[in-house]
Amino acid sequence: MFDTLSERLTQVFSSLRGKGRLSAADIDATAREIRIALLEADVALPVVRAFIARVKERAGGEEVSGALNPAQQVIKIVHDELIDVLGGETRRLRFAKVPPTVIMLAGLQGSGKTTLAGKLALWLREQGNTPMLVAADLQRPNAVQQLQIVGERAGVPVYAPEPGNGVGDPVAVARQSLEEAQRRQQNMVIIDTAGRLGIDEEMMRQAVGIRDAVQPDEILFVVDAMIGQDAVATAQAFLDGVGYDGVVLTKLDGDARGGAALSITQLTGRPIMFASAGEKLEDFDVFHPDRMASRILDMGDMLTLIEQAEKAFDEDQTAALADRLVSGEGFTLEDFVEQIQMVRKLGPIGNLLGMLPGAGKNKELLSQVNDKDLDRATAIVQSMTPEERRNPKIVNGSRRARIAGGSGVTPGQVGALIQNFQEGQKQMRQLMGGGLGNIPGMPPGMRRAANKAVKGKKPKKKHPGGDPRRAAARAVGNGAPAGDEVPGNGRAGGVGGGLPEGFSNQDMAETLAALQKGGLPGGLGGLPGLGTPDSNVPAAFRAPGNKRRKKK
Amino acid sequence: METLILIIVLAVFFVAVVTEMGWLLLVRPRRRRRGEPPEVIVSPPEAPGEPELRTPGRDAAEAAQAVITPTAPPRAPEQRTPAPPAAPEIEKPPPSAGRLVRLRERLSRSQSSVGSVLLGLLSRDRLDDDTWDEIEEVLITADVGVVPARQMVDDLRTKVKVLGARGVDEVRALLRTELITQIGEDMDRSLHTERHEGLPGVVLMVGVNGTGKTTTVGKLARVLVGDGKTVLLGAADTFRAAAADQLQTWGERVGARTVRADRDGADPASVAFEAVREGADLGVDVVLVDTAGRLHTKTGLMDELGKVKRVIEKRAPVGEVLLVLDAITGQNGLRQARVFAEVVDITGIVLTKLDGTAKGGIVIAVQRELGVPVKLVGLGEGPDDLAPFDPATFVDAILTA
Ligand SMILES: Nc1nc2c(ncn2[C@@H]2O[C@H](COP(=O)(O)OP(=O)(O)O)[C@@H](O)[C@H]2O)c(=O)[nH]1
Ligand SMILES: [Mg+2]
Repeated sequence: MFDTLSERLTQVFSSLRGKGRLSAADIDATAREIRIALLEADVALPVVRAFIARVKERAGGEEVSGALNPAQQVIKIVHDELIDVLGGETRRLRFAKVPPTVIMLAGLQGSGKTTLAGKLALWLREQGNTPMLVAADLQRPNAVQQLQIVGERAGVPVYAPEPGNGVGDPVAVARQSLEEAQRRQQNMVIIDTAGRLGIDEEMMRQAVGIRDAVQPDEILFVVDAMIGQDAVATAQAFLDGVGYDGVVLTKLDGDARGGAALSITQLTGRPIMFASAGEKLEDFDVFHPDRMASRILDMGDMLTLIEQAEKAFDEDQTAALADRLVSGEGFTLEDFVEQIQMVRKLGPIGNLLGMLPGAGKNKELLSQVNDKDLDRATAIVQSMTPEERRNPKIVNGSRRARIAGGSGVTPGQVGALIQNFQEGQKQMRQLMGGGLGNIPGMPPGMRRAANKAVKGKKPKKKHPGGDPRRAAARAVGNGAPAGDEVPGNGRAGGVGGGLPEGFSNQDMAETLAALQKGGLPGGLGGLPGLGTPDSNVPAAFRAPGNKRRKKK
Repeated sequence: METLILIIVLAVFFVAVVTEMGWLLLVRPRRRRRGEPPEVIVSPPEAPGEPELRTPGRDAAEAAQAVITPTAPPRAPEQRTPAPPAAPEIEKPPPSAGRLVRLRERLSRSQSSVGSVLLGLLSRDRLDDDTWDEIEEVLITADVGVVPARQMVDDLRTKVKVLGARGVDEVRALLRTELITQIGEDMDRSLHTERHEGLPGVVLMVGVNGTGKTTTVGKLARVLVGDGKTVLLGAADTFRAAAADQLQTWGERVGARTVRADRDGADPASVAFEAVREGADLGVDVVLVDTAGRLHTKTGLMDELGKVKRVIEKRAPVGEVLLVLDAITGQNGLRQARVFAEVVDITGIVLTKLDGTAKGGIVIAVQRELGVPVKLVGLGEGPDDLAPFDPATFVDAILTA
């Protein structure tokens, strides 16, 4: 059972792997899987239909070329289509010729309007505007107070002449707010309105009343990223009911795939203008279609990982460690423990593994790994003598018993760790031997090590040039069997070391090769903003407290 | 930049290779299966004043000292008709029995299309593959999910074959049975709010942001008061602006006292503990604890929630942990439920906002996977728009629209 789009697509593409080009049958099979994947990402059914039709058309047309392998080709087509739909029209906020500029928020109950109002106000204020918040949600208990507190935190005034909780006329409040803004010389007004259902005619009339009273320059439809199939009905009801010019997607800090983004833009043609991703007022950014596409394709987490890593990893230390890791032999159990510490700084290991592209396939398995395992491994290594750490081969029966006693495990577990460690070293060498030694930008030391590793272990057959991704997969396949290609090797059964079933070296090789080519969907390397510390990485992908990414 | 990615990927991968398989093969999964007794938590005693996670760096001792301010005069437990002098007008809510039937109109507004469209499709003369595909799609648009929808279609296909004749009544009966089966008739959907060994029943309300937790606490308090019980509210959402006020407003309407911290950002566990402690001291029947909305992906906040529950349990057992799910939630609902179930062992689901057009089909998957029943449904913003969930009534509302 695959949870996400990218997991599905990865699955689809692994069955496509190796074929020369896309046949009509391939395209059909792919389309079926993409359909399911999109549905599981909560893209609305009618939108899925239209989207699939377009992908099919493009995949079957002459755009099919020899430059990419079929899997990459389909990924690219799907990704491009996603960006096309999501980013059809990018637009900035419209400002009124004569201030105040009026922004009205509308949406379902609980979609996050009030919080968003504060975020928008802060964002606008930081750009040199003087926004004022208007409390026109007089329905939900204490919504007025909430807005007042939010306004205080954002450092903007709040116009709240009515107590709310069912008392007061929101239309009148909205109308008066314009004069109030002029009087106070605020150049913008953000009107928070009550949550309402699309089918609630009376409440829709109220929204229309507010709209007509203030003639907003922008009406923003605020919608929760985890909305399901009803996104279509709701988006349409609000479009028909009050109308809107742009969409704001909230709660993007969760793990909803956010298929609604696709549904709503495709259906209404209204652009998604902002993305809200967190409870803090700063967790807010303009919307980036390419990143949303990557997210729907389940690639976005990589960015989070990178940012967390930037903070947690000491660069020199990392480089030295990586060097030894790649060369294989020089990497001792001591280094391994050091590495565990580094990795632990990144967060729970289960999360990390899930973030690796291709790893998503094995969520179930990965969910069973936890930090306690790492701690136990650390404990075992710490119970070893320095000599044993450097050269685990000398660990015999009595040493095993001693180490086990010292770390509170069984001697068998000690043996398994050592065996796995050696197996891991071997696999790492093979991985690096698969043409991955020449990655642009790789530190010289690491490259040297990688090349050394290659020399030590020549693949049996040299692959004539071509796709490094496949070459990598093949090279890896030589030593470590990969899931579907070398069945029944017994690893899954748990004999000796090896990768857990399903989490193949091939996934890894592909990930690496793709990284090398910048060929992952979303083109990690080519992602705008990845290289420059100051760019607009959306808050969803921003590690908390990362100063460098803070907006000025 | 690529290098960094590479290094991370390699590092994580390597660590995984070495530890994962080793332990996977040797140590059986630690995960608790449904039905097995919960593992005993041997964590060191947690003072309610541990530093909380939303406001790191705050003085823990200060948190423990959080002044808890009573908001309505305490009531003696035997005092059945609330009459605190200064409180605003207190309403006497109607009993909750028969509410789902009364609210049927709103329910069918959201569900009608599913029922009638399915009936229409199933009554067709020829049920070919296309028709079955359409049926599957109707289910998918109800957020049932691709896999469960497919299973339901397979089920229905077999049953239709067995059925032979397909009159309108037969089809309706067939569909009714299938839907009821899917929703699950044999689950215990009663709310466990009884007092236990001299302690109040405790209900903990959890869920992601904006699903309707506070509203549901408010509505549930009314139901309980209407049924003649005494209720105390605990405002353990110390995070969202004015959340405690919102809860208190609900409480005041029915004369229920709200225990809250004196300021935002106080430790939610200590507020929860304090509420239960006071509830026990005053001898109230039920303590309802509202918590801050939190996305299940935030490990720190989920840990905080786990702590809230554990700290309460030092004073009184928690009878119900209700996960509040917005009916509009798509497939992400299952992920939410999984994580909340793992952290606080949810005992029931409240499906809110069924008065809209959303179908809430995700609860079928949630119920099936986690075995946690829907116990209550929210059908509007009104104070009495909360009803006990009953599969047969629910399905009838869908089919007779
Ligand atoms: N239409 C409708 N709205 C609801 C229902 N339950 C809650 N709400 C609304 O959803 C919004 C969020 O509710 P709230 O209780 O503050 O959510 P919390 O953040 O989970 O505590 C409020 O505007 C409520 O009035 C329901 O059953 N139907
Ligand atoms: Mg709340």
